[in-house]
Amino acid sequence: MKAAVVIFPGSNRDVDVIDALTAVSGKEPLLIWHRNTELPKADLIVLPGGFSYGDYLRSGAMAARSPILKEVTVRAQAGVAVLGICNGFQILTEAGLLPGVLMANRDLKFVCRNIHLKVERTDTVFTERYAEGQVIRVPVAHHDGNYFSDSETLTRIEGEGQVAFRYCTPEGHLDDSVNPNGSINGIAGVYNENRNVLGLMPHPEDHIDESQSCADGRPLFESLVESLA
Amino acid sequence: MSDAEPIITAELIAEHGLSESEYRQAQDILGRDPNLTELGIFSVMWSEHCSYKSSKKWLKTLPTEAPWVICGPGENAGVVDIGDGQAAIFKMESHNHPSFIEPYQGAATGVGGILRDVFTMGARPIANLNCLRFGEPENSKTRHLVAGVVAGIGGYGNCIGVPTVGGECTFHESYNGNILVNAMTVGLADADRIFYSTAAGAGNPVVYVGSKTGRDGIHGATMASAEFDEAAEEKRPTVQVGDPFTEKLLLEACLELMDTDAIVAIQDMGAAGLTSSSFEMAGKGGMGVELNLDHVPQRETGMTPYEIMLSESQERMLMVLKQGREDEARRIFEKWELDFAVVGHLTESGRMVVTMHGAVAADLPIAPLANASPEYDRPWTAASTPNEIHAADIPVPNGTELPEVSVALEKLLSSPDLASKRWVWDQYDHLVMGRTVQRPGGDAAVVRLPGTDKALALTADCTPRYCAAFPRSGGAQAVAETWRNLTAVGARPLGITDCMNFGSPERPEIMGQFVECIEGMREACLALDYPVVSGNVSFYNETNGAAIQPTPAIGGVGVIDSIDAMATIALKADGNDLVLIGECNGHLGASLYLREIAGISEGAPPPVDLEIERRNGDFVRKQIMEGRFVSCHDVSDGGLLVAIAEMALASATPRGTMLGAHLHLDTDIPLHALAFGEDQGRYIVEIDPVGTEDLLAAAAAKDIPTRRLGRCGSEALTINGEQTISLSVLRRAHEGWLPNYMAG
Repeated sequence: MKAAVVIFPGSNRDVDVIDALTAVSGKEPLLIWHRNTELPKADLIVLPGGFSYGDYLRSGAMAARSPILKEVTVRAQAGVAVLGICNGFQILTEAGLLPGVLMANRDLKFVCRNIHLKVERTDTVFTERYAEGQVIRVPVAHHDGNYFSDSETLTRIEGEGQVAFRYCTPEGHLDDSVNPNGSINGIAGVYNENRNVLGLMPHPEDHIDESQSCADGRPLFESLVESLA
Repeated sequence: MSDAEPIITAELIAEHGLSESEYRQAQDILGRDPNLTELGIFSVMWSEHCSYKSSKKWLKTLPTEAPWVICGPGENAGVVDIGDGQAAIFKMESHNHPSFIEPYQGAATGVGGILRDVFTMGARPIANLNCLRFGEPENSKTRHLVAGVVAGIGGYGNCIGVPTVGGECTFHESYNGNILVNAMTVGLADADRIFYSTAAGAGNPVVYVGSKTGRDGIHGATMASAEFDEAAEEKRPTVQVGDPFTEKLLLEACLELMDTDAIVAIQDMGAAGLTSSSFEMAGKGGMGVELNLDHVPQRETGMTPYEIMLSESQERMLMVLKQGREDEARRIFEKWELDFAVVGHLTESGRMVVTMHGAVAADLPIAPLANASPEYDRPWTAASTPNEIHAADIPVPNGTELPEVSVALEKLLSSPDLASKRWVWDQYDHLVMGRTVQRPGGDAAVVRLPGTDKALALTADCTPRYCAAFPRSGGAQAVAETWRNLTAVGARPLGITDCMNFGSPERPEIMGQFVECIEGMREACLALDYPVVSGNVSFYNETNGAAIQPTPAIGGVGVIDSIDAMATIALKADGNDLVLIGECNGHLGASLYLREIAGISEGAPPPVDLEIERRNGDFVRKQIMEGRFVSCHDVSDGGLLVAIAEMALASATPRGTMLGAHLHLDTDIPLHALAFGEDQGRYIVEIDPVGTEDLLAAAAAKDIPTRRLGRCGSEALTINGEQTISLSVLRRAHEGWLPNYMAG
């Protein structure tokens, strides 16, 4: 699998995802500066976490209009796998590649802690190494992770199975008390209609090996390596 | 400017914080009266904050050398060799005064400033820590200050993408009018690629990079060199505004330029901005500088030379490049969309000549300002010896006069200083970069070094109530506690940075606290082979004559050779033995038990026997490195029972189950004194029972006292089969205080 990581001014979890991709695939990803207008051929495009353009104006809004996003959009529409994590998720919604928006957390505070996610489906290139309904533990670290969409869109994405992950208890129950940001329906990640684009707020790239206290994020990258090899 | 040059009056001199004798010294240096810009430059260069004029004499007594020290105090940060061609670069700095006035921006720019100090030297920052002191929770300002400071630290560190992995946060009425915000950054560099601030090479260009200069922060250094009164809030305009996004760009651009060999010297523009950075670089190299302020990127129109020279606008750097390398450097900064301007060049003159609009705005000799600032030997008085308090003097807890031990434990764990600070660190991204292997809440944070099994252990500590009770013990204890925290995770301690927070040095009793804390620190550094490599002094932390408790915050850094042999505090398995290493004397003086349970803030702090500290610590570290302990925790605030409870609470699984212990505490010492005494040099270890006898024998062979404490098991702590404390109750108390307080 050949991966390309897009670097925006203010990206900061680029290191984490580069390390994760390298550890799992054995190959270092290509690094693409945001002002590039051309993307090299890649099986996976990653928009990493961080604070692109300082998150000024609105999280992800300016990065969504940077030159490289035109090319990312073309590739996404052509079926190339695109993964947006945290700020990358915000950019994908701002760019219209994913439905919904990410608002400020319910309590208006940054939150960094481990949470549990329920894997909603395992028939995608991102999740085939997980078990159906598996509960995984990964961290969140964000200020604007409160997923929202209008009711029509919500009905559609729920109906089409576009929800990728939901916040849940360690036992797998949906419960508002473990929802770290107020996301509607506990949504932590969503797919596009074709399920080749995934955006999620939590950071599977920070739970790759046991030295990080947990390796539940690793199968996501293993899935990609296996399906996109 | 020149047409409106004001007359230098006595009032103007006083407003600039210069004494009459300092002004006369300035006149002597110049052979004439300074103009306003020059007066401003003297004012900031000779401010306490920049010149260390009251502290220098004593700071010089601290040990700063060891075979592994690459660079001690005097540069932007200290540098230690961590092996394999790598170096750790670190420093802690105060941002107290601005944070009280404007907590979010004050704290945020404190983080920004210390990050720049570290990456200026060629290091990529890999971790932040902080030491926070707030007033008593009941004070009407405290909640607002905690919220603002924590959000500000998080806002800056989270955005720039450096994990905030550890620190301290405590409360005391002496900080009601002067909170402390001490920020520490640790960076990683190649040992042969360290960048320094000594200017060299006449004709070499002086280059300004980063943000534009505005009118913010003018005289911040002078503000930090005076005490507060009711009018403190009026100083709000002198607090700078931070932009972590620009700092992230500046970090990446500087590191990219540092990959070339174009840089001769580099210095961040921190306190006293362009003035101190240019004077310090030139002063160290014995060079002169011609600066043309017309070329300085400016955010506002009509700025005067005085304002440009004294602005403390953030996210700026000054560097001396090799001649002819300007374009190469410019391309890098333009890629990162940052200002880049050649603002002058080095000369052989030894003078700072500042021009603007074709006129000379200042012309000053550099050496007398940079290297020969006033130095004071301020009068000081020794602290009186506090009275010893014995366990027998304190009523035995019987449930009436004083609560039973189990009840006291719950109260202690939910007291402001011991309560969980999860509410704080949840707001700090402590995981970004993906290398945090011990998160906040343990003895020391541990951050793995990329591509290796090695790691750095990091901690920041101080016990101000000990320093207030007896400064010499308190100073030694602060150093020893950091050393112990590093040891408890299995790290070899390498060195410290100190952030010395005190009241006004012009009062002999405060100066005495400073002198004696330093003396204690010196003894500890020597005994533990643990030098000071960087630091900062913040005096004048007082309001209307009421000073803070003396607070020499210490940041410690150690190295772990393999994270496989690292210890954590969480209890691991049913049936394991718990053993105390070190001696119990039941010392209750100046303890948290005394303050929080008995309501007495008195007594001598626990003595710090540095020889024993070293012996016990070296023993524990060796055992950890050999993989003999299942867990380890040092005993500090709150004593033995609090430490055991912390180990049990840390064992919580994601589903919330916890592992407790059946404790058998010998009552050779009264139970409350054994449970809550704060004797130093102690560790609790969890060990597989098959190894216990060997451990006890190995300790005995080194004359190290040990004590069997009991065995892991159940979901509670039971004491001598009599008292049982539910861990879920303890957890609720421990985790609940801060969020409930903040919601209040």
